[in-house]
Amino acid sequence: MRTRLRTPGIDRVLMLAVLALLVLGTLLVWSATSHRTDLTGGDPTAYLRKQLVNVSIGLVLMVVVMATDHRWVRILAPLVYLASIAGLVLVLAMGTTINGSQSWIDVGGMSIQPSEFAKLAVVIGMALLVAERREGRRHEVGGTEVGGMLLIAGVPAALIMLQPDLGTLLVLSATVFGVLAVAGAPRRWLAVLLAGGVVASVAAFAGHVLKPYQVDRFLAFTNPDLDPRGAGYNTEQARIAVGNGGLFGQGLFHGTQTRAGFVPEQHTDFIFTVAGEELGLVGAAVLIGLLGLVIWRALAISAESTDAFGRVAAAGIACWLGFQAFQNIGMCLGIMPVTGVPLPFVSYGGSSMFAVMLAVGLLQNIHLRSAASLPTRYARPVRQSRAAGGTPISRPAVLTRQAAGSPGART
Amino acid sequence: MNRTDLSRLRLVVVRVLVFSLFATLVARLYYLQVVSGDSYRRAAASQSLREVLQQPERGLIVDDQGRPLVANRTAWVVSVDRTLLGRLSRHDRSVLLRRLAHAIHASAHEIRHDLGTWNGSPYQPVPVASDVRQAVALRILEQPEDYPAVVAQQQSIRAYPRPFGVNLADIVGYLSPITAGELNRAKKDHDTSLDAESTVGRAGIEEEYDRYLRGHPGYQRVAVDSMGRVLGQEGQVRSRPGDTLVTSIDARVQSVAETALHNAITTARATYDPVTHRNYRADSGAAIVLQAQTGRVVAMASEPTYNPNVWVGGITKRQLAALYAPQAGDPLLSRAYQGQFAPGSTWKPIMTVGAFNHGLGPSTRLDCSSGFQVGGRLFHNYESESYGMIDFAKALQVSCDTFFYRVGYHFWQLFGQDPTNVNARDPLVAEAQAFGFGRRTGIDVPGESSGRIADRHWKLAYWKSMKGYYCRIDRHPPAGASAYLRLYAHEFCLEGSYYRAGDAVNFAIGQGDTLVTPLQLARAYAALANGGTLYEPRIAKAIVSPDGRVVRHIAPKVQGHVADPAHAIAYVDNALLGTAETGTMAWKMEGFPLDQVHIRSKTGSAEVYGKQSTSWVASYDRNYVVLMMVTQGGTGSGTSGPGVRRIWEALYGVHGDQVDRRDSVIPGVVEPDALPSFESDGSILPPRPRTTGRTP
Repeated sequence: MRTRLRTPGIDRVLMLAVLALLVLGTLLVWSATSHRTDLTGGDPTAYLRKQLVNVSIGLVLMVVVMATDHRWVRILAPLVYLASIAGLVLVLAMGTTINGSQSWIDVGGMSIQPSEFAKLAVVIGMALLVAERREGRRHEVGGTEVGGMLLIAGVPAALIMLQPDLGTLLVLSATVFGVLAVAGAPRRWLAVLLAGGVVASVAAFAGHVLKPYQVDRFLAFTNPDLDPRGAGYNTEQARIAVGNGGLFGQGLFHGTQTRAGFVPEQHTDFIFTVAGEELGLVGAAVLIGLLGLVIWRALAISAESTDAFGRVAAAGIACWLGFQAFQNIGMCLGIMPVTGVPLPFVSYGGSSMFAVMLAVGLLQNIHLRSAASLPTRYARPVRQSRAAGGTPISRPAVLTRQAAGSPGART
Repeated sequence: MNRTDLSRLRLVVVRVLVFSLFATLVARLYYLQVVSGDSYRRAAASQSLREVLQQPERGLIVDDQGRPLVANRTAWVVSVDRTLLGRLSRHDRSVLLRRLAHAIHASAHEIRHDLGTWNGSPYQPVPVASDVRQAVALRILEQPEDYPAVVAQQQSIRAYPRPFGVNLADIVGYLSPITAGELNRAKKDHDTSLDAESTVGRAGIEEEYDRYLRGHPGYQRVAVDSMGRVLGQEGQVRSRPGDTLVTSIDARVQSVAETALHNAITTARATYDPVTHRNYRADSGAAIVLQAQTGRVVAMASEPTYNPNVWVGGITKRQLAALYAPQAGDPLLSRAYQGQFAPGSTWKPIMTVGAFNHGLGPSTRLDCSSGFQVGGRLFHNYESESYGMIDFAKALQVSCDTFFYRVGYHFWQLFGQDPTNVNARDPLVAEAQAFGFGRRTGIDVPGESSGRIADRHWKLAYWKSMKGYYCRIDRHPPAGASAYLRLYAHEFCLEGSYYRAGDAVNFAIGQGDTLVTPLQLARAYAALANGGTLYEPRIAKAIVSPDGRVVRHIAPKVQGHVADPAHAIAYVDNALLGTAETGTMAWKMEGFPLDQVHIRSKTGSAEVYGKQSTSWVASYDRNYVVLMMVTQGGTGSGTSGPGVRRIWEALYGVHGDQVDRRDSVIPGVVEPDALPSFESDGSILPPRPRTTGRTP
């Protein structure tokens, strides 16, 4: 068998998918804003240029994280976590209220949304805790670990709840649950958490923790009349715009509903409706497919990771991006509540873009470190032994798998 | 199980979960875009495309010479888009409505009321003010940021050029916005000529010929953004203006008739009534000019009247209250075709024809005594005059009541002595029916009254409907009931249905319970003029399309013929010539060239219980019927005579005792059959006058 020589490198599929999403997202943002003189002040390319700046910064951040030694990542991780906690506190103290929640702080003319970074910080923090415990004496993830992880997640979650930012909280909850699951938390713990989540939500609805208008707003996607001038209007208009797209869409820059500005927040939270209307089922499905590709690669990187930190962090990022994308698109399609979460890589906005690009950088970093990125030749002996075992696996990841858990251990 | 393996297993679960979530998204996307795509596309189009309706210009109404009686002018209309208004916050909305109310001089409450009661499409802006000053409209147009959801548009509304000062309110009618019921009916009938912003003819010829006049609306389809701002035009269908209605009304004759009527009323009000010992109230009146040979209406005036402009752009509450106020005297009721009055002596020519057709004739001579005793009751002649034994001609000329009492009594004795026999023959009643009384004339305006002939059937029906009331009074007289009332109630309860000799003789002189509309009487006199043909009076002559093509000629319609075996009509015709020469009209026709303009006339002073008498003059020649009446106006010739004379003078160009036909208000004296011509440049030219009129 010929040896295919590859440089140790980045995950190209992930890279290409992310770049495609960035291009597509930038075009959609441009399309959603080019005619909106009320936003752009008359310059049709104003948002295009701003988003290009965001993308560029995001790419730089990604490369920086990719290039950083993974030991440094682990050293810096607590700082990232603490910084985002500080940001969340700062937001509550002096933040700007946009759309009813206090989520932004103005720094030198830029609005920063710390909750976007908090999601990444929580993932890293939890992964770090698992890794530290794992690489210490403890091999099992028990109550202590779960408790510690919940504490790590709980502090920013509580701060986000105070804003209040229900959407981010939902995404964070799904992410935390995914991280706990992948980290190997005992099944009963997961069951307890799930049950606790259900009880908490019921209590929130029934126990008047949420004000009636908040409940109506949350449920407006099932019946727009519950909040006809707010979320109900948004969800209705989003559905009309998407439905108007049909199979092939009306063409980029030619969506009548998009042109006419019927969908509120269309360049940020409802950016998917632009894809729906202008690119149709085909284009929107491609967009969903690209996001799926990113998640798939993230989960693959998690599976291929040689250490607990990489595995848990990559899985956490996958859960985060996956659920956030589902939450956002589901909102545009009227099957999820209207909550303000951006569509990763696509929505206009700096904080969200930076956070997800940092996450992609981290994924690449993990990937680089795992054997998966090694040239094939290093894996040859393993492949041979595998071949002898009759399992045709061409992936070099086998090497790590062999190293991590021997067949003997399984028996 | 190894922890790492557990972790891997869970990763698989996560993968499956993520995959199923994303699959859900694609499935939902498919459902929205493909399965129910059509309905969303419709919703998208309905909110991002707006059809701006363009109301058609309503057709003109012109007179016989092509002079516009009703035209159009453009006015600014301010509307509010409810959908856009709904998107404003409560505060912004109230600020906007207050600002708008201030601009259009209304109250915010009124605007809210207009918005709340609008029955048109929810996507259509609701008109809240019309005929707004241009400056206000331009301010709204130029400052859209101050007036979100407010639209100012130009619209065509009715204008009344009033040639020669004519009013014509009761003939023309008026317009008002379409009702929900009418709109639903139009939708059900797929009638696209009406929409929620249409105005519809409500009375007169505006209502009768509405479907020709209204035209067909067009629309402009424009793309709008979420704030209703127009992004671009997507296509349009032009509106089609309504057809022009050519009428037989002649503005100059109408003007003369209106003035003559008004002067008659003014004069009467300044005249002392020796019967009631105060001036005549002259509270209403009518003047009618018909073409005798066709039944077409040349002029028709009614008093009291009102300015038709009050309806334009929506009538205000105060204006409406003024129209219905008691002191206004019910101006919406046309006295000419809706008012019903006792005909008085103008009835006698009809009775003469009836008498001739049943055995009486030119040789008949009856006593015109000062009184006539019937059934224990003495009927007096007018001012108790006595002329001795006279014939019908003389009786008509001097309007002898006792003569016609005897005629009525004669037929009652001959056929109808049994007062309970409702089917007894009555030649006089039959003649009245033959001349079209007691039913609608069929004039081409809605809401005409039918009048009534108080015959035996009517009397029985009236008794049946009222006997309960009077019999109750008879059995249990209420405290304070006068002796007269008790006696009347007693008699009515017992014998109220009896058609007695008194009823018959009263009928013969046009008194009692018989009622006619002035139009019915004019039409009957036209039948005397044309040898017995009863026409449905027509106001409209033709419908002409906006490009000048005649769409429809409206021919005179014959409703019936008066049988005339005894040549009574010719006799009456001849006799009525004498009225102006030596009869009751003579003192008002002194110096009139009766040798050239052969006017037949009959005066009447109908007595109305509890009121002053109704003044009537009905007159005709071969070409025209001219009729005037004034309620509570005194004697026929005294009050209406000068007005009738003035109209005849205008029709024939009479100055003093000279006739100058070239000076007639209608070129050629007789209204031409030809229509005015409608030029492509929009001008309207009068028709060529007739070269020869019929001998009058």
